[in-house]
Amino acid sequence: MIEGTPVHFHRMKDMPSSHLLGTGTPMCAGCGGLETLHNMYDILGEKTVFVNAAGCMTLLSVYPFTPFRGGWLYTSMASAPAGAQGVRDAMDIMIKKKKLPEDENMEVVVVTGDGSAYGMGMSATSGAMDRNLNFIYLCYDNEGYGNTGQQYSAATPHAAITSTSKGSHGYPGFKKDLFSIWAAHHPAYVATIIGAEPLDLAKKIEKLQGMTGPRMLISLAPCPTGWDYDPQLSVEIGHLAVQTGVWPLKEYINGKVTHTKIPKQRKPVEEYLKLQGRFKHLFYPQRDEQGIAEIQARIDAYWDNVTE
Amino acid sequence: MTRKLLTGNGAAAWGARLALTDYIPAFPITPQTEIIEDLSIWIDKGEMDARMVTLESEHSMITAAGSAASSGVRVFTATSSQGLLHGMEMVYTVAGWRTPFVMINVSRGMSSPITLESDHNDIMAARDSGFLQIHCATCQEITDSVLMAYRLAEHKEIRVPAIVNLDGFYLSFTREPVDLPDAEKAAAFVGEFDPENLQFKGSAPLSQAMAVLGGGPYSYFRYEAHLAVQHALSVYDEIADEFADTFGRRYDIIDNYQMDDAEYVFVMLGSFATKAHNAVDSLRKAGWKVGLARLRIFRPFPKEKIRQLLKGRRAVAVIDQNISMGMGGVLHSEFATALYGMKDAPAVLASFIGGLGGRDISQQEFFEMINEIKQASDKGESLEPRLLYTENELTEIRKLQAIAHAEHEEIHQQRDG
Ligand SMILES: Cc1ncc(C[n+]2csc(CCOP(=O)(O)OP(=O)(O)O)c2C)c(N)n1
Ligand code: SF4
Ligand SMILES: [Mg+2]
Repeated sequence: MIEGTPVHFHRMKDMPSSHLLGTGTPMCAGCGGLETLHNMYDILGEKTVFVNAAGCMTLLSVYPFTPFRGGWLYTSMASAPAGAQGVRDAMDIMIKKKKLPEDENMEVVVVTGDGSAYGMGMSATSGAMDRNLNFIYLCYDNEGYGNTGQQYSAATPHAAITSTSKGSHGYPGFKKDLFSIWAAHHPAYVATIIGAEPLDLAKKIEKLQGMTGPRMLISLAPCPTGWDYDPQLSVEIGHLAVQTGVWPLKEYINGKVTHTKIPKQRKPVEEYLKLQGRFKHLFYPQRDEQGIAEIQARIDAYWDNVTE
Repeated sequence: MTRKLLTGNGAAAWGARLALTDYIPAFPITPQTEIIEDLSIWIDKGEMDARMVTLESEHSMITAAGSAASSGVRVFTATSSQGLLHGMEMVYTVAGWRTPFVMINVSRGMSSPITLESDHNDIMAARDSGFLQIHCATCQEITDSVLMAYRLAEHKEIRVPAIVNLDGFYLSFTREPVDLPDAEKAAAFVGEFDPENLQFKGSAPLSQAMAVLGGGPYSYFRYEAHLAVQHALSVYDEIADEFADTFGRRYDIIDNYQMDDAEYVFVMLGSFATKAHNAVDSLRKAGWKVGLARLRIFRPFPKEKIRQLLKGRRAVAVIDQNISMGMGGVLHSEFATALYGMKDAPAVLASFIGGLGGRDISQQEFFEMINEIKQASDKGESLEPRLLYTENELTEIRKLQAIAHAEHEEIHQQRDG
């Protein structure tokens, strides 16, 4: 934790009322990734260096403009966590050698998409966790290579139509369980979050600010452009992702996984699916009962094993 | 000053130590590994106040090197061949960040076929990246070049990373006596790293390595970097003078041997020049006016110096320890570019490819190269590019091929029968 008076996020009215991230970015309207970043940045504060991998968010800082009040460093698609390693180590060395006053210290935060986190950047991320790097990692998961036109990635859910899975059944693979892969490294903290649940998100950020070591976040990032829906539905789709159980909100600390929001009565998954063009083939020209039932069954199977 | 018997790798590690490096991102690869092993021992013993981190790849290693230098510390790193190419995306990237740091490359042939031995195709791949390149021929030169490389890279008007190159095996594992610069003098020579605007701190917002939109700004920043790299040529001479005043050793951009009245000239890079050195001595004894020009600074390319140096010579043999597939020797093309259109340019600029994958270049071959360029210039002819390769070697490879063929046949017969 870098600084600041502790704030405790119990209710929505505890949330920061002023916003740090500048406006006028080139992200699409309704971008769920940006929503998460907004919420996070307000709590983390200005003394933050974002280390970015190639993806949609790379266009946040385009010379000579930046929406950030702190630091920003773009690296490459595969090596943002290694970029964070260099920044963190350099700051620690400078503080130790008294070349940087301690109150100038900053929190180093990696920001990458799912394509980077689930694939090309995974070895750099794994390495950073092996080395117990003191950093925060935000993966905004829009379930595809968004910046290049939403081709499927290892985070794409089963049956989703993407630019490289346009067939009548969509993507044949299954979304990779990055949360478990990360947790298997035993880092200080792993959590799933979503911009549409800002209070849950705020509590998690608050919690990880009190920790050192790798603090890893995966945010489902509803993406109107890639998922094919009206931008005004982003928050609703985010809520439905949680209420249908598609996106379990959970955290990992000290070897234990805890769900932070267990939906009491899960809504049927089709309520989430039918709002998105990428799943349209499950409903038109005729309902694919079997396809929908299979997706529902996998979600039910997940929650059958959840006790806390 | 202390005199020590050091390998090229040891000399490189001493350079990093004497330059008071703060941070060393590392990754093992033969024949470079000894450098990071030496450094880690010194750090563990408390003899060096630096932090070393082994990354999980060279791609990450070069990223961390750049990002740490971008955050205000003095960085050293080292790699070789596959490692350099594995990190190549970041070689270009961090050069574009305009971050000064020093990286050793221990030259080794590129796969495939896979080999551990020396060759310059790896370092040639970094040619256009924006890194400065200093090529060494002796262990002494390695330690000294690391110190000078920091001065050059960190210079206010340059600010790009630098590679100090040494040949695998021939230098990396060869022990030579090295006069180690006095630690205090070395520290004073290199000076404190002034990060200028390259530094993240809580009170000052800073975006680095941002995207640009459109070719206008992109061209501007790329060309700026090119000009900065070129500028290193004039800055280098000042630094070399200061180095000579302080330590009594002078290193020029081109290391010339017997060049004053030379009519026939060898041009090359790296440690194989010591072999050419011996050949020049023998040829001189036999009455031939032969000289040797070894390029120490390859990037920036000292075009003007080359033109002045080779004006009026009769013939030049450029020896490339690399091969650009479908084109030939890289150094040869660059010399042709430098000399094109110059009045009194040597009439013969011959290309010889030799020393690939650690293959030796024999004294006899040096003599023959000179003989050939002399004959060509006497006859007013030009010479086709040549690979240095003996009949004997061809016989040996034919034998290996015959064995491979026989094995293949046998396996097929077993499978079919
Ligand atoms: C080494 C490399 N390969 C490919 C690319 C092209 N590329 C740029 S962004 C991107 C998609 C990244 O996907 P993700 O990490 O999910 O981020 P998103 O675009 O969805 O925000 C790709 C493939 C690149 N920049 N670098
Ligand atoms: S494509 Fe999706 S993730 Fe990318 S900026 Fe647009 S909405 Fe955001
Ligand atoms: Mg994505």
